[in-house]
Amino acid sequence: MQALTGFTLLLLCQSVGELLARAAGLPFPGPVLGLLLMVAWLRWPGVRAPVEAAAQPLLGHLSLLFVPVGVGVVGHLGLIGQYGLRMMAALVLSTWVGLLVAALVLRALLPRTPEPPRLA
Amino acid sequence: MSEVVELWVYLAATPLFGLTATLGVYVLASLVYERLDRAPWANPVLWSVLTLALLLGVTGTPYPTYFSGAQFIHFLLGPAVVALAWPLWQRRAELRTRAGALLLAALAGGAAASGSAVAIGWALGLPREVIASLAPKSVTAPVAMGIAEQLGGIPALAAVFAVLTGLVGAISAKALLDAARVRRPEVRGFALGTASHGIGAARAMQVHADAGAYAALALGLQVLLAALLLPLAARLF
Repeated sequence: MQALTGFTLLLLCQSVGELLARAAGLPFPGPVLGLLLMVAWLRWPGVRAPVEAAAQPLLGHLSLLFVPVGVGVVGHLGLIGQYGLRMMAALVLSTWVGLLVAALVLRALLPRTPEPPRLA
Repeated sequence: MSEVVELWVYLAATPLFGLTATLGVYVLASLVYERLDRAPWANPVLWSVLTLALLLGVTGTPYPTYFSGAQFIHFLLGPAVVALAWPLWQRRAELRTRAGALLLAALAGGAAASGSAVAIGWALGLPREVIASLAPKSVTAPVAMGIAEQLGGIPALAAVFAVLTGLVGAISAKALLDAARVRRPEVRGFALGTASHGIGAARAMQVHADAGAYAALALGLQVLLAALLLPLAARLF
């Protein structure tokens, strides 16, 4: 029941987010506004347990949710045949650049603590 | 024999097929991933996508038919973005004390990923709408689609780019960050969430709790920053 209530709250925030985005012409996608609304709403203790119960399974299987869109690659085989290698080069290199810049900037800015040898 | 074919034709056309195939293939791919000690190259999203694409090709099932069932899973991406509020809320104290560092790292990482993608795409002579679909690639797929549309890209292509970016990060981050001697789990997780959104964050969550929490945080920050700044940045060029 907790999870069901929580899921309803998530959908409610998303719906209000969609409404706001459309009505006010804001540059945010609906779910992003929903995320902000939900953060604000979590100040109220009553919603925390249900939201946690719904968020855990949803975020725990996050990678499953990308599969249907990923299979959509079959719809772009023409473009991929034409530009595939160049698109992959741009994708792979830019991902590495993003990973390294984010990691090095954050490591430089965080206060120094003895580095644990654990590897993630 | 013809009865079997008729039955297949019937089943393949109902939403039941896309939904069952997606879940079935993903569950199998996850089991194999666990068996292989979560080796990065055994990423369950990668192998599920390849298997399903092959299955559609072999059976001659059109993507829209498959998607009529798979959309029930796809739909959950929206509530999942809202659900990111939970890890953000849980880490709010840490977020407040480290706000400056985290914001700067998210901004730098996101700008570097998006900027280099656009620059490389432009240098290699990719068409304009492909480049516009590349720009939001470090953001989680549903948000990337919305941003790409605003930038004049192709939403469906942007979603595929986002998934591929997530896979590249999830598969190569370990080797890359080891080589750069980045060892702190929270820094590694944050980098994964910044550069390869939900799929990277899912990988980080599987490997280390701190890494996972910071990856979810980075993913949430990237969604907010990209949705706000990318359309503004595009107006400048």
